[in-house]
Amino acid sequence: MPGSLTLWFLVLQRLGIALLTLLIVSFAVFFATELLPGDVAQILLGQAATPEAVAGLRHAMGLDEPAILRFFGWLAGLVHGDLGTSYVNKMPVAQLIGDRLINSLKLAGVTTVVSVPISLLMGIAAAMWRGSIFDRVISTLTISLISVPEFLVATLSVLVFAVWLGWLPALSYGADTSSFTALLKAYAMPVITLSFVISAQMIRMTRAAVIETINTPYVEMALLKGASRRRMVLGHALPNALGPIANAIALSLSYLVGGVIIVETIFNYPGVAKLMVDAVSTRDLPLIQSCAMIFCVSYLSLITLADLIAILSNPRLRH
Amino acid sequence: MKTLSNPLLLISHAHHGYAFNKVGRAGLAVIIFWGLIAIFGPLIEPYPPGQIASYDIFTPVSAEHWMGLDYLGHDVFSRVLMGARYTVGIALASVFLACTGGVILGMIAAVAGGLFDMILSRLLDAFNGIPSLLFGLVAVAAVGSSIPVLVLTLAAIYLPGSYRFARALAVNVNTMDFVTVARARGEKTPYLILREIFPNILGPVLADLGLRFVFIVLVLSGLSFLGLGVQPPNADWGALVRENVEGLSLGAPAIIFPCIAIASLTISVNLFIDNLPTKIRDRS
Amino acid sequence: MKELSQTDPLVRVRDLKIGATTDSGRSVEIIKGVSFDIAPGEIVALIGESGSGKTTIALSMMGHARTGCEIRGGEIEIAGRDVAQMSERARAALRGVDVSYVPQSAAAAFNPSKRILDQVIEISAIHKLMPKAKAEAKAVELFRALKLPDPDTIGSRFPHQVSGGQLQRLAAAMALIGDPKLVIFDEPTTALDVTTQIEVLRAFRSVMELGNIAGIYVSHDLAVVAQIADRIVVLKGGEIQEVGETQMILDAPEHPYTKELLAAFEPVRHEALPISARAEKTPILKVQNLWAGYGPKRNGEPMAKVLRNIDFSLMEGRNLGVIGESGSGKSTLARAIAGILPAYRGDVLIDGHQMPPELAKRRKEDLRQTQIVFQLADTALNPAQSIGAILSRPLAFYHGMKGAQAETRVIELLDMVRLPATLRYRLPGELSGGQKQRVNLARALAAEPRLILCDEITSALDTVVGAAVIELMKELQRELKLSYLFISHDLSTVEAICDDVLVMYKGEVVERMAADKMASDATHPYSRLLISSVPKLDPGWLDGLEQDPELIARFANR
Repeated sequence: MPGSLTLWFLVLQRLGIALLTLLIVSFAVFFATELLPGDVAQILLGQAATPEAVAGLRHAMGLDEPAILRFFGWLAGLVHGDLGTSYVNKMPVAQLIGDRLINSLKLAGVTTVVSVPISLLMGIAAAMWRGSIFDRVISTLTISLISVPEFLVATLSVLVFAVWLGWLPALSYGADTSSFTALLKAYAMPVITLSFVISAQMIRMTRAAVIETINTPYVEMALLKGASRRRMVLGHALPNALGPIANAIALSLSYLVGGVIIVETIFNYPGVAKLMVDAVSTRDLPLIQSCAMIFCVSYLSLITLADLIAILSNPRLRH
Repeated sequence: MKTLSNPLLLISHAHHGYAFNKVGRAGLAVIIFWGLIAIFGPLIEPYPPGQIASYDIFTPVSAEHWMGLDYLGHDVFSRVLMGARYTVGIALASVFLACTGGVILGMIAAVAGGLFDMILSRLLDAFNGIPSLLFGLVAVAAVGSSIPVLVLTLAAIYLPGSYRFARALAVNVNTMDFVTVARARGEKTPYLILREIFPNILGPVLADLGLRFVFIVLVLSGLSFLGLGVQPPNADWGALVRENVEGLSLGAPAIIFPCIAIASLTISVNLFIDNLPTKIRDRS
Repeated sequence: MKELSQTDPLVRVRDLKIGATTDSGRSVEIIKGVSFDIAPGEIVALIGESGSGKTTIALSMMGHARTGCEIRGGEIEIAGRDVAQMSERARAALRGVDVSYVPQSAAAAFNPSKRILDQVIEISAIHKLMPKAKAEAKAVELFRALKLPDPDTIGSRFPHQVSGGQLQRLAAAMALIGDPKLVIFDEPTTALDVTTQIEVLRAFRSVMELGNIAGIYVSHDLAVVAQIADRIVVLKGGEIQEVGETQMILDAPEHPYTKELLAAFEPVRHEALPISARAEKTPILKVQNLWAGYGPKRNGEPMAKVLRNIDFSLMEGRNLGVIGESGSGKSTLARAIAGILPAYRGDVLIDGHQMPPELAKRRKEDLRQTQIVFQLADTALNPAQSIGAILSRPLAFYHGMKGAQAETRVIELLDMVRLPATLRYRLPGELSGGQKQRVNLARALAAEPRLILCDEITSALDTVVGAAVIELMKELQRELKLSYLFISHDLSTVEAICDDVLVMYKGEVVERMAADKMASDATHPYSRLLISSVPKLDPGWLDGLEQDPELIARFANR
């Protein structure tokens, strides 16, 4: 069928674009960190080092090779899982990242599980009763939440839940994680903060996607067939909004990447983002590069996923 | 003049003049307020923002110190006034650079089409594939933080988005018959861009500029909060929050007021744009 | 036609008022006190131009008003119950069962992600009328009655897998599944090509007669309405102008507005201008073996070839019509001649000069001689420029005219198209459709061209307004010695202004003939099918129409 042929062509094209983008992004990350800050060997050895020592280290690190060769060497290393060695504590970057990545993924995973169902319900409900008090409250709340920086949401959550109510500890690292309730408490603040940020986006996008389909002639046709509001929204609008909604979820989750940087820092949570922010202050380039690539890959995957969903959800291409 | 059968058309046609609703007006008022503070703030600040006004720290609100004292005993009110200058100034400069560049490139790409459009779009889309705060982190890690670096970095982060938006609008306008007529008349690209396309995308582009301004304020504050943005002794609102984060457990006004300042500015801009008449905001 | 029953009317509308609230809170009355009756089994047409309120009235029969509108007063009695006073729940119970709806664009009204059959029988599921199997059998029966191909399996397809004409009939099946007493047809054939329209109209009429169902048929096209309606309600500006039996309205209209509508339908025949000796020799436009298309090129040929081997010439002072259905390539022809879409093979000669295919390579003087005017006046004028600025630009561009001199010329141009000079301060958004199309024409005239390419320029206008534009064009031709290439799907308009006609089918010219002898001279089977498919202002036309089924199968876009 020509429809499905076009479909696969579009999907392959999108994946190709994602790979190309990834290449350009890695190029940008490598050269931004590698070329701009001056001489790495000099930085490592300090101002007092002799020129010979610096030259020796440069040679030992392969820094005297052309940058483009080092880029491809670095890229090949990344593909094989060789992330290089930290400048600061001489440990393999992969080892430094290992557990931290799992911690970050846990945080992101729990946030996703919490925020997706809540957001979908609220977004669809707001669209279904558009213009109602409920809708207006949701709209105002979400627009306020997406308007403020993540750290502000975090700060407010700490003020409310830890300082004024005293329910939860303000920091998660080093907190007691022996029992389930203690674990819950340790995760609660970061997850609450991130969920607020992600959900606000997701609710707005879900609502917009559903409203767009509600305004179509075929939903008006359903009204003129005598369908109830529930049937119009759930039976006619929602099946056609599924693609856009899934797209909205994937796009909103990409905000996790930015949010997680702030949230890990503020709650002292031992994840990749915290590692990276620390690496930035110590100028540990291999570590910065690797962390940046992890974020870019996850961000790109989510965005590509969103695009793929948008393509796959087109009924004209599916049938 | 004739009336129209489709009542929806009638509504949009009858809608002349730019009437803002109450929420939009309130938003605009707050935006103007912070704009004036950014310009005239230094004239009204009661203490020099760098001066330690008292040896008390994290004091509550008083008649002397309207927003209390911070972690070193600075007058918070004076520091918030100073912060307005950095937050609003840096964000405005960046958003202006990002949108000017993005809109010009976007219109050229839309009209020129072909290989130029393809390569530019691919390249800038790739930059969109980098999360914005991360972009900022890497750039600051690479060249260090100074105000020109911040402005350029933030502009670079948001230029691809502005390009994409303007290009999409311009592509739509470009397919309109009046552009085809101008082209058939023999008009050259600069005329098409300046006279036929630009006036017709101006409204949505300005609304987009507002939204992008909010994003830039968010990333700038985020960077400053991480200690990588505006450096001491200067401070924007994000840096003020960072300085006083120890006061969080005390619920000190030193941390609450900078937060309120950021939130009031960004929420106002968003509300203002959300309540713009659809005539301006319409993106199709 | 059916006899009016002696019992009470099925629909009784009294003093119906519908209003709308604008964004700025201003309240407007759209329907200003309308009253009419419909007997059981009777089909009443609501006819009028855009803005007459015909669709708004029709939708109110189901208690529905589109966003921003509301029923403000009056009675709408359907089978004795007042819809205007009903609760939303009671209205929902009525919709689909007592009154049902056939939309203008079935393509948009079918849910793209559901199978057709499920949507057709949805009314029976919503109102719990019958078991699913029974509803499906009934739907197939309706498909058969509506002469749909493959009635047993067509329902299992998705909406985008069937043609426009078929979807329109499927929408009728969807409306009829609940055995309604009244069906509302909202311009159901307007978007279709004429050859398709016939089959759809026939199908509608036979099912309505068979079930003795009453109908409201909303349309702007008197000839279409004449084929299906028992009575006609003529609307203008939300008020009824005249009501009467179809034959009466057509033969003896009383209201001046009805007379105007009918007059617009039978435009004054075109009389050829005398041609000077010089013009006899070189045609103003000569097109030789022209090929054009879209898409990426391979071996110098584009993927989608739209125009194939077009060959014709147009003498100065003459008008050539180009007719054909959607997809025939007639608009592409105008674009290729103007250079907007460069032809990849063949020649375009303007006044004997060879034109390069690309716009960029043409001389300014050549561009000036040929101007193009588009179908949609709305999109052809830059909404951000005043009328004065729009008209001044070609003056400055081609003639170097500026300042007071240009302003004087703008006023002259506006006068030429019968528009007041003060209009030059207005923006296009403040003008009516007819005014915009006149400004469009004035902009072309500003170049002082010899040839104007007109792409469906009256198609988007109301009949009366369009007829006035045609009259204006004839006058301008006499004054300015213009030549027109006139592209249209509307044969009567072409007849009104053209000397000769080209018939296009799938990118090729199949026939050329004199415009006033189209009906008698057409020899190509497609031309004959196309010409015979145009509805006439005669209620018996559809019944008397005999078309070769083989021709239809070969050429009609179904």
